[in-house]
Amino acid sequence: MNMENRTGQDPILEVKNINSFYGKAHILHDLSLEMERGTVAVLLGRNGVGKSTTLKSIMGIVTPKSGEITFKGQTITGMPPYKICSLGLGYVPEDRRIFTGLTVMENLEVGRRPPREGFEPWTPERLFELFPNLGNMKNRLGGQLSGGEQQMLTIARTLMGNPELIILDEPSEGLAPVIVEQLGETITRLKKEGVSILLAEQNLNFARAICDRVFIVDHGHVCFDDAICNLTEEVCELHLAV
Amino acid sequence: MGFYIVQFLTGLSDAASLFLVAAGLSLIFGVSRIVNMAHGSFYMLGAYIAYFIIAALPHTALSFWGGILLATLAVGVIGVIVEIFLLRRLYQSWELFLLMATFAVLLVIQDLARWAFGPEDLMGPMAPGLEGSINIFGALMPVYDLVLIIAAPVVLLALWLLLTKTRWGILVRAATEDREMLAALGVNQKWLFTSVFFIGSLLAGLGGAIQLPKGGADLLMDMNVIAAAFVIVVVGGMGSIPGALLAAIIIGELGSFGVLFLPQSTLVMMFLVMAVVLVIRPYGLMGKPETEGGAGESFESILRPAPRKLRIIGLILLAIIILFPAFAGKYQMTLFGEIAMFALACMSLYFMMGPGGMVSFGHAAFFGGGAYAAALLVHHAHTPMELALFLAPIAMGLLALIIGWFCVRLSGVYLAMLTLAFAQICWSIVFQWSGFTGGDDGILGIWPAKWASNEVVFYYLTMLISIGGILLLRHLLFTPFGYTMRACRDSRLRADSIGINVTRHQWFSFAVAGVFAGLAGGIYVFSKGSVFPDEMSIPRSFDILLSVLLGGIESITGPIVGSTAFIWLEDKISNLDFWRLILGCIYIVLVLAFPQGIGGFFGTKFGHFFANESEKTDGIT
Repeated sequence: MNMENRTGQDPILEVKNINSFYGKAHILHDLSLEMERGTVAVLLGRNGVGKSTTLKSIMGIVTPKSGEITFKGQTITGMPPYKICSLGLGYVPEDRRIFTGLTVMENLEVGRRPPREGFEPWTPERLFELFPNLGNMKNRLGGQLSGGEQQMLTIARTLMGNPELIILDEPSEGLAPVIVEQLGETITRLKKEGVSILLAEQNLNFARAICDRVFIVDHGHVCFDDAICNLTEEVCELHLAV
Repeated sequence: MGFYIVQFLTGLSDAASLFLVAAGLSLIFGVSRIVNMAHGSFYMLGAYIAYFIIAALPHTALSFWGGILLATLAVGVIGVIVEIFLLRRLYQSWELFLLMATFAVLLVIQDLARWAFGPEDLMGPMAPGLEGSINIFGALMPVYDLVLIIAAPVVLLALWLLLTKTRWGILVRAATEDREMLAALGVNQKWLFTSVFFIGSLLAGLGGAIQLPKGGADLLMDMNVIAAAFVIVVVGGMGSIPGALLAAIIIGELGSFGVLFLPQSTLVMMFLVMAVVLVIRPYGLMGKPETEGGAGESFESILRPAPRKLRIIGLILLAIIILFPAFAGKYQMTLFGEIAMFALACMSLYFMMGPGGMVSFGHAAFFGGGAYAAALLVHHAHTPMELALFLAPIAMGLLALIIGWFCVRLSGVYLAMLTLAFAQICWSIVFQWSGFTGGDDGILGIWPAKWASNEVVFYYLTMLISIGGILLLRHLLFTPFGYTMRACRDSRLRADSIGINVTRHQWFSFAVAGVFAGLAGGIYVFSKGSVFPDEMSIPRSFDILLSVLLGGIESITGPIVGSTAFIWLEDKISNLDFWRLILGCIYIVLVLAFPQGIGGFFGTKFGHFFANESEKTDGIT
């Protein structure tokens, strides 16, 4: 693992040697990663290598059997998801999980949390600037939105919690190319607002366009960890080719 | 003309308090997935508490309505106490354990109410200022009933405002859809659940309190209203409040007009409506298909043949059973025999519930049905015992084919509720058709054939049938039929795509369970000498269900351990004065101490001792 000197930086999230299981299946093997405040990092990897499980472990939806996760220097391993969320971690799940019987406005209301010091609080109005489409369908039910609109709504819903770090699980999956492009712009914009972002992806080009740092996951641990510009074709060939 | 209008309005006023109860039940189920058996008890408490508060105050309008309000709030607080001290500890365990816990609360409240409020039925006080009646085309309509009619839409409106206009309501609706996501968005659901339980119990209390001037208070209210409330929630659609109102009106009117035209079948009617609605609209009139997995998804352990050491223990047990008459008295033999018969009934429920993934709340239909089938054959046709014992399970297999045909179309709680409805229909037929079945008086004088009348011979016969039946069911689980059954439970879709007709296979599994429950009932009636409608009633179904849960659903030993514990316990406490209270407390302790069931607990605790080399234990000889 790449352990070059990074002192003087401000790590927002540190994952140290976690081991997570689904029932009896051992998914994560001593997985570690560390990301800096204000950056965009990506977990790359083939299907089933443990990307989603890593994100769920961070969020507390899966509790690691061993290892430690710290967020802003505070240990969060073993905390229930709602507490982890209240510390400033926002989660956008893979399958979006919009509340289909609630309107767009109500979905946003569910995500609302008190403002966080040092950040301008998100309001529906501010979010509709970011996602103009949603602003035109405030009273539409979540179940009546298209896939792209639902993806925007999940991100908006998570932002309502004023998170300092957002983790997104394969946000580009199943979206039309033009929507993926918009999504990239949104993420870049959020980074400018000072929000840190960690995403899991399979779409390499999308990741290259928006990320600063890359972790390649294979067999439940991180096998490559570097700045995205150092992600060479050989590395991709070695770890990502099917 | 006026008479029919009054009858219609009476139906509506009955619907009002039913709606309040059902709305609370529906709200609680929607958010926390608890099938709250104690909900009827909250309704009963509402009526009693209101009665005593109003009786203690001077008779004015203020004290009347104040008393109702106070009683309503008190019941809400009781609900919160139950939630915080009992249910909250169980949210991580299986949904049916929550059901068991609420059933225990029902038992406890039943005896506490008898102790605190006395056994007499109480006449409710009249509402000051609303005592009179008005004349509608020549027929009299009590004014208070008209007030009740207004109550339902008012409460519906209030609930609607609460659920759509407040943050609390939005969170409640979100929780109904996806609790895990809600937690990931930072919502602490602990207090959300508690608050929902408060509102739900409060509605039940209000329902009980406002019907006081009309129906009074008695100790049977809890059971009567819980059955009706379940029917309403299921007919209206789980979690749908407007659906509950619609269904309450249907059931209220049905009761009101049913009495006029078919007084003999009032009990059957309600459940018949439910059966018809569920067949046409499996998720109720205004419900949505269940998205969360049905009961089948919580089974994580794999069923394996028993390891060597457990088989040896089984053989030792068998030897004890065979030698038992040599050193035991008549009483012990009867008790042992009863345990064995009950174990067979439990095993048949386990068969459809564990490996089959179909939970039944009405298994007594087949157990008691088998008993009645045998008894009726002997009573009306003088059938010999041997033939009756052969025909009773066949009859129950046929009954199970009929009932199962409807039930297997559904899954999860809906399936379970439909089994309850059918069981209740069977019970009502037996109860109300007294010319044929003896009604409440039952059928007496059903004794074994001469050669089997000796208690030792009968003991061996009982054991042969019961243990034989249990072993046969166990054998079935390890045949292709049993593997297919588990495949259907684990993934309907995958089973479907490898060419299994899932519905048909479940239908047959259902029938097999019916056959063996019928067999258990058949031998049971000969050991008791008589049969009463109680053997088919809801409490009987819950005896069987709770025994299976008690033993643990994860292994074949579970139902045997559970039924042994249950019969032994029943034998010890059923003569005591407040046995329901004791039984309820025991259930509560067991549920809290063994969230996996007794059998499951020993499985994890001592599994390593029994395990073959590297395997874990999961079964019996």
